[in-house]
Amino acid sequence: MTMNVIMRDREPRAEDLIKGETGDWEIILGLEVHAQVTSNAKLFSGASTEFGAEPNTQVSLVDAALPGMLPVINAYCVEQAVRTGLGLQAKINLRSVFDRKNYFYPDLPQGYQISQFKHPIVGEGEVIIDLAGGRSESVGIERLHLEQDAGKSLHDQHPAMSYVDLNRSGVALMEIVSRPDMRSSDEARAYVTKLRTILRYLGTCDGNMDEGSLRADVNVSVRRVGEPLGTRCEIKNVNSIRFIGQAIEYEARRQIELIEEGGKVVQQTRLFDPKTGETRSMRSKEEAHDYRYFPDPDLLPLEFTQEFVDHIKATLPELPDDKKARLIADYGLSPYDATVLVGESARADFFEAVAKGRDAKLASNWVTGEFFGALNREGHSIEESPVTAKQLGELIDLISDDTISGRIAKQVFESMYKTGRDPAKIVEEEGLRQVTDLSAIEAVIDEVLAANPDKVEQTKVKPALVAWFVGQVMKSTSGKANPQVVNKILAAKLGLSSDD
Amino acid sequence: MSVDQNTVRHIARLARIAVRDDELEALANELNGILSWVEQLGEVDTDGVEPMTGAVEMVMKWREDKVTTGNLQKEVTANAPGGDDGFFVVPKVVE
Amino acid sequence: MSDPIKLSLAEARDALKAKKISAVELTQAYVDEVEAGAGLNAYVLPTAEHALNMAKASDAKLARGEGGALEGLPLGVKDLFCTEGVRTTACSHILVGFVPPYESHVTSNLWRDGAVMLGKLNNDEFAMGSSNETSYYGSVINPWRRAGDTTPLVPGGSSGGSSAAVAARMCLAATATDTGGSIRQPAAFTGTVGIKPTYGRCSRWGIVAFASSLDQAGPITRDVRDAAIMLGSMAGYDPQDATSVDRPVPDYELALGQSLKGLSVGIPKEYRVDGMSSEIDALWDKGIEWLKAAGAVIKEVSLPHTKYALPTYYIVAPAECSSNLARYDGVRYGLRVEGSDITDMYEKTRAEGFGDEVRRRVLMGTYVLSAGYYDAYYLKAQKVRSLIAHDFIKAFADVDVLLTPTAPSAAFGIGENSDDPLAMYLNDVFTVTVNLAGLPGISVPAGLSSQGLPLGLQLIGRTFDEETLFKAAYAIEEAAGVQPAPAAWWKA
Repeated sequence: MTMNVIMRDREPRAEDLIKGETGDWEIILGLEVHAQVTSNAKLFSGASTEFGAEPNTQVSLVDAALPGMLPVINAYCVEQAVRTGLGLQAKINLRSVFDRKNYFYPDLPQGYQISQFKHPIVGEGEVIIDLAGGRSESVGIERLHLEQDAGKSLHDQHPAMSYVDLNRSGVALMEIVSRPDMRSSDEARAYVTKLRTILRYLGTCDGNMDEGSLRADVNVSVRRVGEPLGTRCEIKNVNSIRFIGQAIEYEARRQIELIEEGGKVVQQTRLFDPKTGETRSMRSKEEAHDYRYFPDPDLLPLEFTQEFVDHIKATLPELPDDKKARLIADYGLSPYDATVLVGESARADFFEAVAKGRDAKLASNWVTGEFFGALNREGHSIEESPVTAKQLGELIDLISDDTISGRIAKQVFESMYKTGRDPAKIVEEEGLRQVTDLSAIEAVIDEVLAANPDKVEQTKVKPALVAWFVGQVMKSTSGKANPQVVNKILAAKLGLSSDD
Repeated sequence: MSVDQNTVRHIARLARIAVRDDELEALANELNGILSWVEQLGEVDTDGVEPMTGAVEMVMKWREDKVTTGNLQKEVTANAPGGDDGFFVVPKVVE
Repeated sequence: MSDPIKLSLAEARDALKAKKISAVELTQAYVDEVEAGAGLNAYVLPTAEHALNMAKASDAKLARGEGGALEGLPLGVKDLFCTEGVRTTACSHILVGFVPPYESHVTSNLWRDGAVMLGKLNNDEFAMGSSNETSYYGSVINPWRRAGDTTPLVPGGSSGGSSAAVAARMCLAATATDTGGSIRQPAAFTGTVGIKPTYGRCSRWGIVAFASSLDQAGPITRDVRDAAIMLGSMAGYDPQDATSVDRPVPDYELALGQSLKGLSVGIPKEYRVDGMSSEIDALWDKGIEWLKAAGAVIKEVSLPHTKYALPTYYIVAPAECSSNLARYDGVRYGLRVEGSDITDMYEKTRAEGFGDEVRRRVLMGTYVLSAGYYDAYYLKAQKVRSLIAHDFIKAFADVDVLLTPTAPSAAFGIGENSDDPLAMYLNDVFTVTVNLAGLPGISVPAGLSSQGLPLGLQLIGRTFDEETLFKAAYAIEEAAGVQPAPAAWWKA
């Protein structure tokens, strides 16, 4: 819906440019994200928003647009939009207007969508996106407005007919419109990722792209470096972050090839086909649209006070950027680790619970390394994790007080993840406690040295062989010997200088 | 401003009302008659006047976020000229 | 009881309470009248059995000394009101066979108070018209005829079925709706009382929408007292309508008979329009004299933007209706004409489903909202509308109520104005300003024309000051004296 193009001036980065036959091309990207508002009932009716019900069972008389039915705004959806606006550092408009967007489509029962055109509830804001190598960029938000979702048309039930289910009809959406400030598919993906994180922190949208709670329309245009903006195409309803990247890559190359072959890009709406990885023109959108927006006479302007906004502001959670800065400052984390942790507030919370009063670096390594690794491997969310933050903290304590070595700890962790048992218990029951008794270790070392006189001899010219002896000792103790102690005694017995 | 037959055809298309070619001229004349009459509003100085948004000064009422209705599949589809298995059915739509 | 249909709503109410008549007897009498008057085409769907069942229930309540304010009183309902389980079509082909699974808020209030439904009344298709000639079910014939002339006349519109049925004693009172004059002009044409309350006073929920920012429900009745009783039941806050007003409904009957001493009545000079008949002019003067005699102070006021009200209305109302009628698409209810694809189905359905006047307004509304024309037409009209509303605010700083004629002429013949849309639109010249400004307006019979046809006067009040309207209208009614009922020629 971008009317006047306002965008940030950016020097093109060489790595973002696409090499064409005739030179380098820059991609200009703007996104319109549709985020389903987390609410019990729909934007203008008392029907449920729950996903996956039988067809037309979550449809009120209002949603089916029966004659004489009228919309009444859901207060919580207004609150959620304001909360989101605040989370996007955006201007909140104390007065906004609902307009009708008129067009005919079988899944649009009223023959118009109630949306906000000239006076949206939220104005300009900003999202900081986090990119590889710790780079970050600012993406301008042009506006956020509230609108109704449409129903769903199913085209595969019958050869000649389409089936219409209105369960989604009237569900509240926030349309979040960015400025065309992105220059690569990586940036577009980072933008959607970050936006989703912010929405989840705020609790205003569950961000579930599989269920369609978050969809993006991607506006793509290309230009030769330094030239004015090219004609854009809009790719509708892309429903995964990966597809957003693929759709942009395909569409940008299509436009470049077209222009380089002497053609012209025609402004149009396109669909991305995940099966082929291609975009194609949408037939239903070929006709020029004239939506005849006008203020919905069934609704008065949406007005609220600054106190209403302040009250919501007072309940905002710590947002990802703030949390990231705090994790870096308080725990000395690298920007990369901090970014990974704040990607989901549950992750950051988990980390903080583990790191509290412990070695932050060790905690971060364990949380982002073994722990996230296991979650990924098993396809678990943090909430589904069999290992609690308390247990992981206890495991780290066992490392810190030399009860077990780091290597044994990994073994203990695997067992924790499999069984959900406490680490101390596993160490006790499986006899994994680290051997720190000097005489016991010395005895084992003596045994190993005695059995390998040739190797002892070689060590004199090849000191690195000491590592082989360490390995033998660890093997004989099933890894339980304290490695530092083993090193020290070995060095002394072999007449080498110790590492520490 | 006046409308010609092409404009009438275009408006009728937007409004999804089939209009026969032999009706276009009469319709254009009717609409032009009404339009030239309403264009007397041009005489009124409306500089700085806010457009009216509601018939009466009032604050819009909001509803609570409560599910108050549902399971009306039978009721909402009862009058449907095309229906199958709880769905509304229409001629195939090509996206 | 000798002839129960002669009783007014208030009288019938009292007779029922006093057990001088039963609800079933009263209802049966009206069922017979509805049948006898079928030729007037006022009812598009009589519901005799339903009515008698409701009456039985009322009698049971009355016998127990219970019952609401309208217990056992038979009413007609304009076909714009959705009635649960009873076909509702807005007299449009496009809603053929539509049976709502819900009841409009206004009619729910009536049934809550014990009223009995005699059937659904004819109206202009989607309430678009001033003569009831655009109905898919055909014209309604006015029970009034010119003296010595059998030419069928229109009952006014869009609530022509309501006005004709009340005038012909085919119901005690009727519901109606008014977007530009659709209650008041038919009332004036049939010698009945019609009040359009302040916008927001009655819920619009369940009433087929024409132009949302203008539509209001109200009653058409035989006299002012009946109108006060009916509105008292119909009005009230409804959380399902975001434009409904949350304020208590006064007992309007209490306003009747109150003194007019010191009441300041404004006479808007711009309402003396060119070409207005001298008869209407004289009627207006008579009204002024009556109010003066009752103690009111008369003042001339100016509503300078009056002449722009009709053109403003004919931009705003079609714009809103073009969008409100988009839901009639053949998908979920009503008419469907099969087509080669979805667009063809839409276009054929809507071409066949809408009559000429509705099509004209939908096209007009589509045009004024379309790209490039919105500012010149729609936005301009909404600005002029602000000026019109402001004219009233200024006038009401000086006076309590305005007195005007209701319509520029008496009822005209069927077919007389139907070829010229603009001539037809001029019927609303005195009423439409009231809708644009959201104000209450009442039409009250004030006498007969030289041809023996009823004429009405209109009173316009401040927002939510229906009580002053009832008070002043009652005074006019008293001064005008008992008005004759039309001769029941249709029963012959």
